[in-house]
Amino acid sequence: MANEVLMPQMGESIAEGTIVRWIKKVGDAVDRDEPLFEISTDKVDAEIPSPSAGVVLEIRVKEGETVPVNSVVAVIGAAGEKSSSAAPSAPAATEDKPAASQPTDTKPAEATAPATTQATAATAPTTVEELRRTKSSPVVRRIAAEKGIDITTLQGTGISGRVTKKDILGAPVPTAAPAAAAASTGSPAGKPAALGTPSIPAFAPGENVRVEKMSVMRKKIAEHMVYSMATSPHVYSVYEVDFHRISKLREKLKAEYDAAGARLTFTSFIAAATVDAIRQFPFVNASIDGDTIIYKRDINLGIAVALDNGLLVPVIRNADERNLLGISRSIADLAARARSKKLNPEEVQGGTFTITNPGIFGALYGLPVINQPQVAILGVGSIDKRPVVIDDAIAVHPVCHLTLGYDHRLIDGAEAGKFLAYLKERLENFEA
Amino acid sequence: MEVRRLGTVGYQDALDLQADLVEQRRRDEIGDVLLLLEHPPVITLGVKARNTRTNILATDAQLAAEGVGLFQSGRGGDVTYHGPGQLVGYPIFNLNPHRRDVHKYVRDIEQALIDAVAAFGITAGRVPGLTGIWVDQNKLAAIGVRISRWITSHGFALNVATNLSHFDLIVPCGIQDRGVTSMDRLLGRDVPMAEVESAVELAFRNVFRE
Repeated sequence: MANEVLMPQMGESIAEGTIVRWIKKVGDAVDRDEPLFEISTDKVDAEIPSPSAGVVLEIRVKEGETVPVNSVVAVIGAAGEKSSSAAPSAPAATEDKPAASQPTDTKPAEATAPATTQATAATAPTTVEELRRTKSSPVVRRIAAEKGIDITTLQGTGISGRVTKKDILGAPVPTAAPAAAAASTGSPAGKPAALGTPSIPAFAPGENVRVEKMSVMRKKIAEHMVYSMATSPHVYSVYEVDFHRISKLREKLKAEYDAAGARLTFTSFIAAATVDAIRQFPFVNASIDGDTIIYKRDINLGIAVALDNGLLVPVIRNADERNLLGISRSIADLAARARSKKLNPEEVQGGTFTITNPGIFGALYGLPVINQPQVAILGVGSIDKRPVVIDDAIAVHPVCHLTLGYDHRLIDGAEAGKFLAYLKERLENFEA
Repeated sequence: MEVRRLGTVGYQDALDLQADLVEQRRRDEIGDVLLLLEHPPVITLGVKARNTRTNILATDAQLAAEGVGLFQSGRGGDVTYHGPGQLVGYPIFNLNPHRRDVHKYVRDIEQALIDAVAAFGITAGRVPGLTGIWVDQNKLAAIGVRISRWITSHGFALNVATNLSHFDLIVPCGIQDRGVTSMDRLLGRDVPMAEVESAVELAFRNVFRE
């Protein structure tokens, strides 16, 4: 009788494990409690003993792959026996249930369990049938049967990895592929579920790809972007702003600022005018908490800085207390330290409004994603010379497109328009 | 819990000792033991770094010139450095049956270390997703654990007065965008190893009280 070896649950908060090494290979004999494989989770490496004696008939999860707790990782049986992966026979006598299937019940069980080696790492054999029961509702099992999907091959998004109705409806219907193959390829990219692509594989086995682990920063950005789009209904308005006066002012003041050790850029002007506009229209400097609106009295202006492999948003605290020179200095300082990775953690926290610069490489305008828990973000497009009409005559002026991305839960189009119109007016008639 | 202060122990000797103690602990011949020691300069590769030297920046010749050894180790995690002035702790604990949660075990080690350095006025914390204890962007203590049938081995490395320049030989734990620090650097004064050992022992006894 073949026994399935499951990915053990190594702790309450642990939903998956990565197999780092198979100590036994297919065809090897193994004793009960003899180390069978090693798993790794959060800086912990654990050796998992075999739940039963026999021969390793099948290894379903390759080294380096990550699978949910309770997934079948191997099959152990008598020498010469066929692994019955497709159709499990009658349930085996499972004297000890895996701790993983009832995490909330572990305390009383532990209190009485003798500390024998047999009661270790939760790899008691369980049948596929039992797994289905623990991981899905009757409705889901019925749909699975109709569509011919093996539930155990799915990575459930429900409570403790249960396969939900949504999971099953979104699952690809198998063609002729055996279940075992689907199990090993269902999630080639690790754990896409957390990043919002639950069931469409990123690549097929054998495809010409390179697989790279996300950096910590990349992962944080990915999670934040998905979270923001799911939280705020984003709406955008784009205004065209004439930068004629500002570019003249900048030429005039630049030497003076350079002498004072500050770099006067278009961003300095935009930041200063934006702070002014925020003061006039505090609804862009707010957060939503349930059904309450939190208006922030401090204006902490975030400035997005592109890095080689990501993005940081350092914050100018109390930007409204600074003049154009102070803002110029802050921006230059924060951007330089962001690029050399010398920012303190608090310098990227507590922002109340963000300015980002999609125009830096020439984009006419961008549609930025709100930096949660803020409610609005200003996107600065490229600044290019264009023909503009002034008093029915055509002049060539530098022109910039400004985008306001805003959370429609709090800000309506009319309000956003007032904010942008004020900002445009301030920029076109800038008083240094 | 028995605490053994061993002074400086070679890495291979410490591996052998741990293997013996794990076996004795499994057979219940001994109770929980915490080993406190220092290693001569050595770079160790955890399971994540098995068969790859990506995160070791130095060549073999450079390592030899600095007198730094290199070991494959069975603990979790990537690459790390041990050396004089670093307090290494190897808890040989049986987590079965009451403490069978590897995440909780790692969080408990972090808590004990946070408590221990707090006694010196250092406020350290956790960074979600990055095991260890941190002060701002810098790692003060690294953690890498092995569990075999719920008996723990390997453990933590707390930088007390470590030669931090030796970390430049590697990318610690494979994390590129953060640095390392030590208690003496944070405090700007010498920190006696014996005092830190006592603080760590006290903190472990509190956090892992039975």
